[in-house]
Amino acid sequence: MGLGIWGLKRSPWVYHVNVGACNNCDIEVLELLTPRYDVERLGMVLVGSPRHADALLVTGCCTRQAAPRLMEVYTQTPKPCIVFCIGSCACTGGIFRHCYHFARPVDEVIREIDPDAIIAYVPGCPPKPEAMIAGAAAALSTL
Amino acid sequence: MGAIGIFLAAAVGTLVIGMVASWVDRKVTARVQYRVGPPLFQPVYDIAKLLGKETLLPERAKGRGFLLAPVVGFAAAGVGAAIVWHANIRPAEGFVGDLIVLLYVLTIPAIAVIYGALASGSPHATFGASREMKLLMSYELPLVMAVLVPVVQVVKGGGGATFSIGQLVTFQQTSGWALFSLSGVIATAVALLCIQAKLTLVPFDLPEAETELMGGTHLEYSGPPLAMIKLTRFLLLAVSPVFLATLFVGGLGDAASGWSWLALAGKFVVFLVLVVLIRNTNPRLQVRKAVRFFWFGMAPLAAGALVLAWLGY
Ligand code: SF4
Repeated sequence: MGLGIWGLKRSPWVYHVNVGACNNCDIEVLELLTPRYDVERLGMVLVGSPRHADALLVTGCCTRQAAPRLMEVYTQTPKPCIVFCIGSCACTGGIFRHCYHFARPVDEVIREIDPDAIIAYVPGCPPKPEAMIAGAAAALSTL
Repeated sequence: MGAIGIFLAAAVGTLVIGMVASWVDRKVTARVQYRVGPPLFQPVYDIAKLLGKETLLPERAKGRGFLLAPVVGFAAAGVGAAIVWHANIRPAEGFVGDLIVLLYVLTIPAIAVIYGALASGSPHATFGASREMKLLMSYELPLVMAVLVPVVQVVKGGGGATFSIGQLVTFQQTSGWALFSLSGVIATAVALLCIQAKLTLVPFDLPEAETELMGGTHLEYSGPPLAMIKLTRFLLLAVSPVFLATLFVGGLGDAASGWSWLALAGKFVVFLVLVVLIRNTNPRLQVRKAVRFFWFGMAPLAAGALVLAWLGY
């Protein structure tokens, strides 16, 4: 295990990407920063630029408009980085999977530009903050 | 010990202090917001992680300047640390103008930040750079005037005209701290607020402005260069309180005695906690208001303190 991975496990900085969420997942993501969950005690910080990020928290069903932008954000993120599909929408398309605006699930969009991407899934509509923390812990332990 | 040895010892030592200081900053901020806050070794984890990451070069960036700027800033902060510590530990050995050199050297990190941001070719970073420039021009004048107050006090106290930090410290050891006078109190307050702006902490964090510029000046940096920027921050966070303690409350004094080191640690903590508390209890100022605050608020105050010091108060 390299020094970088050792540090990454203890300080994953996250960037929040909304690719078409109903906003409920986003609210739950922000919940992570509140005193009740306080993910800063695990070293997680919400950053404003994908260039500073180690993890992308992708929420929502990936729309046709958002898919190329999601790819762009992913290429702008320095590797190694983890993609978290937060919510049923991001994981599979959820209740919107038959809609005209739906492109593909987030993992397929990401795999299109990087077949080796590290992708973690946190299902739920919306997932509880506890589930997100559990997902992050599980994903980081596999690195 | 040669000059390089002094530089390395000061840079590494200050870096460790700076990491602890930045942890204190984050921890106190978290506690103020009823959170738990990060563990003690968080700054180490952050740096280790950043060093292991990829360096991305923006398409429109001027690569060499973009990557060189953080290194220049870090080196300047390290030299500043070396000057401050050397003047404290061996006050008799400093050279005549080290106070002036120190003021210049502590400006270089800000200029490096501006240069790197402009070289990155990002509109957000350019905005941040222009704000940083305005901020630099507004706080530099009151800071220099406030720093001149102890110098004037030495002149009036019969210590002779000097710009050597070592002599300022020795004078304060014999005739009392610069803080113990009306002019000293005003100058310390002004210098503290200028240092707040130098560290670009709230309420003067305009160049970074997480919520509007998303990191501003260092928006485009990733991996090792970002680590360099963070390390520069740690250095400045450690040097600035020591700088204030040296000029206004007597610095280290007797380097051989443990008590004076303990006293210096106490002064350091007091200034650091003041900085953190100001950061946590104020909203961000607009550019216009920040410039007005320094030019029409702090600068006349500092000038008044200079006059008072000249009159002997
Ligand atoms: S998973 Fe549910 S809560 Fe989340 S974006 Fe989709 S519909 Fe909204």
